Amino acid sequence: MSLFRFAAPPEFYRLAGKAVPAFGVVSGLLAAIGLYLGFFVAPTDAQQGEVYRIMFVHVPAAWMAMFIYLVMAFWAALGFILNTRISAVMANALAPTGALMAFLALWTGALWGRPAWGTYWDWDARMTSTLILLFLYMGFMALHGAIEDVRRADRAAGLLALVGVVNVPIIYFSVQWWNSLHQGSSISLGRAPSIAAPMLAAMLVMLFAFWAYCIAATLTRARAIVLERERDAEWVRASLAISQ
Amino acid sequence: MSWNSWQDFWSMGGHGGYVWGAYGMVALVILAEAASVVARLARARARHRRRAAR
Repeated sequence: MSLFRFAAPPEFYRLAGKAVPAFGVVSGLLAAIGLYLGFFVAPTDAQQGEVYRIMFVHVPAAWMAMFIYLVMAFWAALGFILNTRISAVMANALAPTGALMAFLALWTGALWGRPAWGTYWDWDARMTSTLILLFLYMGFMALHGAIEDVRRADRAAGLLALVGVVNVPIIYFSVQWWNSLHQGSSISLGRAPSIAAPMLAAMLVMLFAFWAYCIAATLTRARAIVLERERDAEWVRASLAISQ
Repeated sequence: MSWNSWQDFWSMGGHGGYVWGAYGMVALVILAEAASVVARLARARARHRRRAAR
């Protein structure tokens, strides 16, 4: 009995199936609370008026885009070290959701940037490195899709994921390292938040809603990938026979 | 509460297009992705069932 038991596809498939509805429900509830806080409790911003409310989806999307990349690289690294089948499944399941989060961070950022700074886009460090993050996710998926042999595809794409991980601290620290249109972070460790409490509450609740959603989406995709990779396993037949 | 009416709410201080454009895209992407992963899992299960039935 060890943790490795959960890395076996049948056990993973079963447990993930139980976890997904819970994360889905939690995500929906948190999103309802977060949107209520964000639109009806958080006050009008003294400088930006109402448009700052884009923050409640922009910041969670940007954080998840970076965080999912780290998790994806972690699974890729684990795949190289331990060679468990589930690591590559997880890395592959995370990439599309990470790409969508990076896209949403850029999209919501553009729509916030236009009224706040007068431009949708600027080739500054924060925005450019976030665009590179989106390209890394897309590169990971394209590379994996281009190699027919799945084991080789896992290794090649995993290597790309590991190399690309240097981009994440660049995004995170870009606003300190370079002059940027982008404002500094509103909250960071060891320092009091620089935004009002109801704004912070709305942002954090939305962050957890995004987090729970991303877990539900990636676990569902991971279950699909497990089935796609298990061509003819006995356990799949047994599991499909007892469940709906 | 910052709103005196629904009209006031939807206009977002004159920046409604930006705010709702951002939230609308988030909603669209999340609903589309959720539907697509659920469909992908259902397809994978159906393939296994067909193979088992043969």
